[in-house]
Amino acid sequence: MTLPPLPDDGVILAARVDDWRAAVREAGRALARSGATREGYADRMIAVLEEFGAYIVIAPGLALAHARPGPDVVRSGLAVVTLAEPVSFGHPHNDPVRVVVGLAVSNAEEHVASVAGLANVFNERSAIDRLADARSVADVLAVFDAAGAPDPEVSDGARPAS
Amino acid sequence: MRIVAVCGLGVGTSAILKANAERALDRLGLAADVTASDLAGVAQAAADAQVVLTSTELADRVRAALGRTGSEIVEVENYFDVEEIGRKLDESIG
Repeated sequence: MTLPPLPDDGVILAARVDDWRAAVREAGRALARSGATREGYADRMIAVLEEFGAYIVIAPGLALAHARPGPDVVRSGLAVVTLAEPVSFGHPHNDPVRVVVGLAVSNAEEHVASVAGLANVFNERSAIDRLADARSVADVLAVFDAAGAPDPEVSDGARPAS
Repeated sequence: MRIVAVCGLGVGTSAILKANAERALDRLGLAADVTASDLAGVAQAAADAQVVLTSTELADRVRAALGRTGSEIVEVENYFDVEEIGRKLDESIG
């Protein structure tokens, strides 16, 4: 199962943030930096939490920040932000959050299968701890590679030819 | 048997929930067709579903969207805990 690409510059380690909004904004910054999205995508990810609540905190310590496909999504992609200090997202069971995975998809139908590939990464019980404790980008990528993720330099088919 | 996995947008967390519900059903030896839906489409997606899987955080909104239909709402806390999902599905349909 092919995950959306996670390039090196989609990883931010030990980010210092005061609240969940700032944590999601870091994920947006990482997605923009790696070329997956434009800046406005971060605001749309924050709006999802404002609309639906903290349901994106899908496991203890892990938030999956994402929004719908839109014109601010350049191509599908992943980002990983680890937090220097955990923050509360307001989830009754899974707070506090130590790792934010940012997700952008260019087409919902195409990407349900690739997003499901995240299950292969995180069904490994140690994955969230390993990400939270990562000291290098390589440590982060290793967690994803272990689950059969593609080479991070390989872009997906949705990226326009450049 | 039909099961619908629901999240706010239908593009992220419901896809993960669908994948792990299929794993859990496999382990239980149960056969079911699992689809993913967003909250806005859940009433239609769940029209002929026995079970709707979602986050505890979204359960009230799913309940409101479904109204008086026959689908049972199963709330999942940890989307990566296939045992939790399996236990709850088994209680619901096993």
